[in-house]
Amino acid sequence: MAAMMTFTRLSNEEKYERFMQRIEAGEKIEADDWMPDEYRMTLIKLIAMHAVSEIMGALPEKEWVPKAPSLRRKLGIMAKVQDEMGHGQLLLRVAEDLLAPLGKTREDLIEDLLNERLKFHNVFHMPAPTWADAGLIGWLVDGAAIMTQTNMLDASYGPYARALKRICAEEVFHAQHGESIILALAEGTKEQKEMLQEALNRWWEALLMFFGPPTADTTGTSKQDITIKYRIRTKTNEQLRQDFFTKYVPRIWALGLKIPDETMHFDKEKGQWIYRQPDWEKFKQIIRNNGPKSQERLELRRTAYKQNAWVREALSAVRTAG
Amino acid sequence: MSEKHVDANGREALTELLFQLADDDFLLAYRGSEWLGLAPHIEEDIAFSSISQDTMGHAAMYYQLLEHLGCGSADELAHARPASARRNAVLLERANGPGHYLREPRYDWAFTVVRHYFYTQAKRVRLESLTKSSYAPLAEVAAKIQVELHYHLLHWHTWFVQLTNAPGEARTRMTKAIQDVAADFAGVLTLGAKGTDMVRCGLIDEEKVLTENTIAALAPAFAEVGLEWPMPFGMKHGNGRNGEHTPDLDEALATLSEVYRAVPHAIW
Repeated sequence: MAAMMTFTRLSNEEKYERFMQRIEAGEKIEADDWMPDEYRMTLIKLIAMHAVSEIMGALPEKEWVPKAPSLRRKLGIMAKVQDEMGHGQLLLRVAEDLLAPLGKTREDLIEDLLNERLKFHNVFHMPAPTWADAGLIGWLVDGAAIMTQTNMLDASYGPYARALKRICAEEVFHAQHGESIILALAEGTKEQKEMLQEALNRWWEALLMFFGPPTADTTGTSKQDITIKYRIRTKTNEQLRQDFFTKYVPRIWALGLKIPDETMHFDKEKGQWIYRQPDWEKFKQIIRNNGPKSQERLELRRTAYKQNAWVREALSAVRTAG
Repeated sequence: MSEKHVDANGREALTELLFQLADDDFLLAYRGSEWLGLAPHIEEDIAFSSISQDTMGHAAMYYQLLEHLGCGSADELAHARPASARRNAVLLERANGPGHYLREPRYDWAFTVVRHYFYTQAKRVRLESLTKSSYAPLAEVAAKIQVELHYHLLHWHTWFVQLTNAPGEARTRMTKAIQDVAADFAGVLTLGAKGTDMVRCGLIDEEKVLTENTIAALAPAFAEVGLEWPMPFGMKHGNGRNGEHTPDLDEALATLSEVYRAVPHAIW
């Protein structure tokens, strides 16, 4: 109590200094702790975007849930997409605690998403026209997600770090689910192999973009410096992309697939992968909801939101009466 | 019923019953999965997709039993049979509403709640009877499914009562949905043309008993919401147990088997 009294009397600069000492000592910040506005706003942006991306991420796979080619695959992809929605819900709760002092709720976040004030991850704006795309999303997109999320497992913000632990554990299963679909296609008929190669060609650039631009110079903005300063993450976008190559490029080659970038190779002297940059102009368009499927997927959710308005009204009437 | 003592009629009755059970769950799980990402709120999206997943799992167990009886592989039975060979009740194949699950889905949540609630009650009654089935593998499967069904029932009962008791638009929509579901609900309760043989072989209780028990199970909810009992139940869109179906089923099967059919004989 005495310590708390002392803390409230500190100036903002002193509070900030104590805060930085805490996170640098590896302490976790909790929802009710004092935190600088910049830290709160960075977390809200990051976590809210992560949450709605999990929810929007269900849509490219949604098409393939009923179409999955066997009972076993149907059950597998149903379980996977359900997990993704679960992650969305868990993260919305984490974001909601941070939003509380601002008088906002997660209803506001969902509306922000539909009104395009809150953006979702660039990878979920891309089309997934075949079953191989569904497999590739599980294998490589979830594989990439595991890398960015593992990078934040020790985040200074406790509630986010704990949510990520659970999410990462489930993502490992998703990557296995995806890999199993991919292996069946890679060992399958000529048509199946072609389907797989085409899906890889389609997704390659999106996978490069997944980790974000190497520096703020590329696209004008990047939050990576702030998130590193506040110990939310440790590695840069480029380090994560390199880790992704190290893990997956040999596996992709081992399956007999061609990476649609003839410059792709590991430079032993530099100790890094050399690759062709994706079109970062395209990236800028995608994150402004001008990607190939951005509007169609948002429209799907908007339609459902309008269609279910009477249900929300009924539930709030029940709540008020209760 | 041990394998040795099954006469030809008994065996036919058994496979017929298993096709009814499998196709019912397969089609309703499909309709449920179309709602993915479109449910009224995110908690519901999670709960509903879990229920649809369970239901698809139940269908898979019944198709497995048919596979063991030499009717073909479970995947083939689920994906390759034409609409005319399907034995599901028409109520369960009907679309969730106008539109498509990827474009302009103008789905009706009231219809979904009422259909699932009514079906889940009928399914519970049917499973209770099946746990005493003379065909032991079916009795075992029924006992397994029963465990999960408790939560499904709780879920749909909560929605049914909450929305029907809510004032204004919700009650109007729910009342309309009840009429709509009741008009096809007899198709869920019937055992079809081979019902007599099913009962004679001790596979399941009589249709009359199952119907009475289902009505008894639904009645308290109607008292709770203060609505008239929507009798009699009908088969407005046909008797699916006899292979009568709607274009909604053709569309559903085309989606469900699109990839399965894309590359013949492939392993997925």
